[in-house]
Amino acid sequence: MKPKLLVAGCLCVMTLTAGATTASAHGLAGKRFFPATLAVDDPFVSDELSLPLFSHIKEPASGEEPATVRTEITGEFSKRITPNLGLSLGGTLLHLNPDEGSSPTGWDNMDVALRYQFFKSDVHETIMSLVLGWEVGGTGQKKVRADSFDTVNPAILFGKGFGDLPDAVWVLKPFAVTGSFGARIPTRQVNRKFTVDPDTGEVGIEKERNPNVFEWGVVFEYSLPYLQSFVKDVGLPKPFSQMILVTELSYNNPLDRGKGGKTTGTVNPGVIWAGKYFQIGLEAIVPVNERTGKNVGVRGVLHFFLDDLFPKSLGRPIFGN
Amino acid sequence: MTIRGFGVTGPALAVLLWGATSAGAHAFLDRADPRVGSTVRTPPAQVRLWFTESLEPAFSSAQVVNEAGERVDRGNGQVDPANLALLSVALQPLPPGTYKVIWRVLSVDSHVTEGDFTFRVAP
Repeated sequence: MKPKLLVAGCLCVMTLTAGATTASAHGLAGKRFFPATLAVDDPFVSDELSLPLFSHIKEPASGEEPATVRTEITGEFSKRITPNLGLSLGGTLLHLNPDEGSSPTGWDNMDVALRYQFFKSDVHETIMSLVLGWEVGGTGQKKVRADSFDTVNPAILFGKGFGDLPDAVWVLKPFAVTGSFGARIPTRQVNRKFTVDPDTGEVGIEKERNPNVFEWGVVFEYSLPYLQSFVKDVGLPKPFSQMILVTELSYNNPLDRGKGGKTTGTVNPGVIWAGKYFQIGLEAIVPVNERTGKNVGVRGVLHFFLDDLFPKSLGRPIFGN
Repeated sequence: MTIRGFGVTGPALAVLLWGATSAGAHAFLDRADPRVGSTVRTPPAQVRLWFTESLEPAFSSAQVVNEAGERVDRGNGQVDPANLALLSVALQPLPPGTYKVIWRVLSVDSHVTEGDFTFRVAP
C-alpha cells in the first residue's frame, strides 16, 4: 500500500472508531441552525455524512483540453474528535465526457481536512473556525486528471445569523450569512511532460504551471424554520416550514504563475430542506463568466446528521463533552 | 455513478438507516399557543409549546417575562406526562403588553436546544 493511502486509511479508521461521552449540536449557535451548504464549506464542527453530493456541469475548453461535461459524485464523512475539533474525509467519483475523445470514469484525489471551531456566540448566532485541508496527491486516477501532487488548503470560516437585529426589522431576523476565505497552495509549481515531435524526433518539455489560488465563498441564507419558530408563525405548512433558501457564491482567484487574475466562479441559488435525521439540498450552478462556462449546471446532496442518527455512539465526539 | 458505485453506496445507506431506528433528534419548536409573534385580544392563561421530539421533563423548562424582564409565569413549567413533546407553563393575569417566552429543553437523546419568541396582548 502506498504510504499516503496508509496515512489516509489510518485517519479513516481513527474517525470511525468513536466511543465517547456526551452529545452536542450540529451547526447550532444559540437559536440558529446553520445547514450544511453544498458549494461552500461549513463553519461548524460536526458528525455528519454527505452521501451523495452530486454535481453536473459543462466546463469550457481550456488549453489543449476540449469542453467537457463533468459529473461528480462525492461522499464526505465528518467526525468530531473533541467538541471543537473535527476531521473530515472525502472521496469523489468523476465522470468526464469531453466533446472529443474518450469519456473516462475514475476517482479523484482523496480530501482530508482538520477543522477547529475557535469561537461561538449563542447570543449573536456566530461561529468561526479554521480549516486545514489536504488534497492527497496521487490517490486519484490519472485518467480523470487527478493531480499527482499534494495541495494544501488553509481557510478561515464564519457563520452569522441576524436574529439579534431589533424587532422593528423582524422580517430580516431569519437571514444568515456564512463564508469561507482561504488559499489553495499546490506543493508542485510546475508539471513537466516530455513530448516527442513525430516528424523530427526532437524531445520537448511541456510545462503546466500550478498557481496559488485565493479561494472564497459566501452563502446567503433565509431560514423559514427560524421565521416560524422564533420570529412570526406565518402559517407555513410542511414541507415549506422546513426549508432554507440559499444562494452560494463560490470564487477562485489564481494569484501567480501566469494565471493571475483569471477568476472563475459560480452563483448557486437553491433550497435546502432539513428534517430530523437528514437534509436534502438542490441548487443551480450558474457560471459568472465565460472562463467558468456558458451552461447552467445542477448540484444536489443527501446529508445525514450522524449526531441525531447515532447519539450514543458515532454521533458523539471521541474525546470530551 | 457506476453500477459498482451503487453497489457500495446502497448497502452503506441501508446499514446507516437500519442502525438509526432507535435514534432521537434535536427538539425544535414545532408550534406554540399563543402563536409565535402573534397578537391576542384575550390574555392567555398558559403558554403551550409543542416540540418535534419527546423531552426529558427534569431538564426542560420555559419561562415568560414582560417588557421589564419580570417573570409573569407561575413557575410551574412542565412536560405533559401524556405527551412528552408538549411543554406548558401557567401565566399570571397579563395586562396589555409584549411578552417573551424563553425555553430551553433537553430531548430524550440528550441534545439541548433553546429559543425564545414574543407575543403581544392587545389593549
